[in-house]
Amino acid sequence: MSTATMAGVEVRLNDEGFFEDPNQWTEAMAVEMATADGIDTLTDQHWTVLKFMRKEFFEKGTGPTVRLLGKTSGVSVKDLYLLFPKGPAKMAARIAGIPKPKGCI
Amino acid sequence: MSKRIVILGGGTGGTLTANRLHRHLKHHPIGDAVEITVVDQDDHHVYQPGLLFVPFGLAQHSEIVRPRQAQLHKDITFVQQGIDRVDLERDTVVLEGGRELAYDALVIATGATLALDETEGLTGPGWNEKVFTFYDLAGATGLETALAEFEGGKLVVNVVDMPIKCPVAPLEFCFLADWYFTERGIRDKVTITYATPLDGAFTKPVASAALTSLLADKGVHLITEFNTGEVDGEAGKLVGYDGREVPFDLAVVIPLHSGAAYVGRSEGLGDDLNFVPTDKRTLQTIAKPNVFALGDATNVPASKAGSVTHFEGEVLVDNILRFLAGETLNSTFDGHANCFIETGFGKALLIDFNYDTEPLPGHFPTAIGMPLLKESRMNHLGKLMFQWVYWHALLQGRDIPGIGADMPTRGKERPAPHTPELEETAV
Repeated sequence: MSTATMAGVEVRLNDEGFFEDPNQWTEAMAVEMATADGIDTLTDQHWTVLKFMRKEFFEKGTGPTVRLLGKTSGVSVKDLYLLFPKGPAKMAARIAGIPKPKGCI
Repeated sequence: MSKRIVILGGGTGGTLTANRLHRHLKHHPIGDAVEITVVDQDDHHVYQPGLLFVPFGLAQHSEIVRPRQAQLHKDITFVQQGIDRVDLERDTVVLEGGRELAYDALVIATGATLALDETEGLTGPGWNEKVFTFYDLAGATGLETALAEFEGGKLVVNVVDMPIKCPVAPLEFCFLADWYFTERGIRDKVTITYATPLDGAFTKPVASAALTSLLADKGVHLITEFNTGEVDGEAGKLVGYDGREVPFDLAVVIPLHSGAAYVGRSEGLGDDLNFVPTDKRTLQTIAKPNVFALGDATNVPASKAGSVTHFEGEVLVDNILRFLAGETLNSTFDGHANCFIETGFGKALLIDFNYDTEPLPGHFPTAIGMPLLKESRMNHLGKLMFQWVYWHALLQGRDIPGIGADMPTRGKERPAPHTPELEETAV
């Protein structure tokens, strides 16, 4: 575990840079993380995905896989890769301030 | 008036639940007044762990398929019919053709199905010629011929998405392929590649590290975080959503899994992939208190594996009887899974884990026992013996001596706990 300062607030991150506590996350932090990841502007479509991921996490305890995201978020898998080129499920989960999707056990 | 328990699915979960319920009811106050009915669309019970061995000529069709009805106690009614939908409001199952079965308690045990259409090109040109799955009997049988005729080239094993049944089976396939081509004397002419959407060989860190290094030892190339967008059988390549391409001469694809189609037709029962949202401790569904679920059909965060289903059966049967008697349910299912991992050359690994404890090295079930996370001949023999145990003890819903529903902790070697001092220096 480590800490980082985002949008002026100290937050706790795990070894892979995911939020330890999703409740520490704010939209301003998402903008900062996206910029650091090479996404200059978070578009409406980006926000749709980020908010959907948070909703899924708080309802189900884990973020969705890429395919499920493509089926249920309203954004196709191809577009998801354009929005989050480093891998939508993982990159969007990190920017959305939720743990890495478990995928499966 | 008698109570009616309807069980949908005559596979591992449905069969062991029916038989276990039947036995427990003999000594239960309401025992004489309960009718148990099992519904399935066909009468072929497949020993699914055997599918892995069929492509390598190590198991035959006739050994791994038996009639479903013959596995059920004679007092249990078996109905062979497809399911149209569950009407949760009316506590009724509607079968194909219109026949209805009313229930007091319902068990969903219809497992997972292969969603072949969800991957572009999978069943297109080359399907069952150079693109196969071994996750059903037809595919596993076809693959046996394809492997026998394979004289060299690129073999790619690809998992499309999680969750899948028996998440270690694709790895076992790689290990057995390494053994198979070595035996045939052409291992140097074959490259084996494992392409997975995960960021390592397996999901849990300690086991993932052990299995990743085992893949390397056996000369299997590992491609991680690969999300299959398309299977191009004509050109012989997998294309990832991120644009990466993996060329193949023979592809073994484990398709996306979903729940049974009728779940999608039953309002309020399933999720987006037709899996049934279920309480992971009680195995009661979220949909309605008189509906329970176990095995691959649920969304509980445990492996989709026969051992998990077997352990769930203990808690499930107890909770159904509690529900019918108006008692509080037990929240005791711990996610226990116990899996042999065949590694070729007459050896196997064993892993044992639950919701909270990942697979660790050590011994099972106590400090003296079968080695965990380590290749051994004893584990291989255990895997072979398990087929007998499956037909004769597990499906009968009997407890297997020494292997209870709760995961044993004795014998497991835990990593050193994190100390605050160490954590601070790591920052």
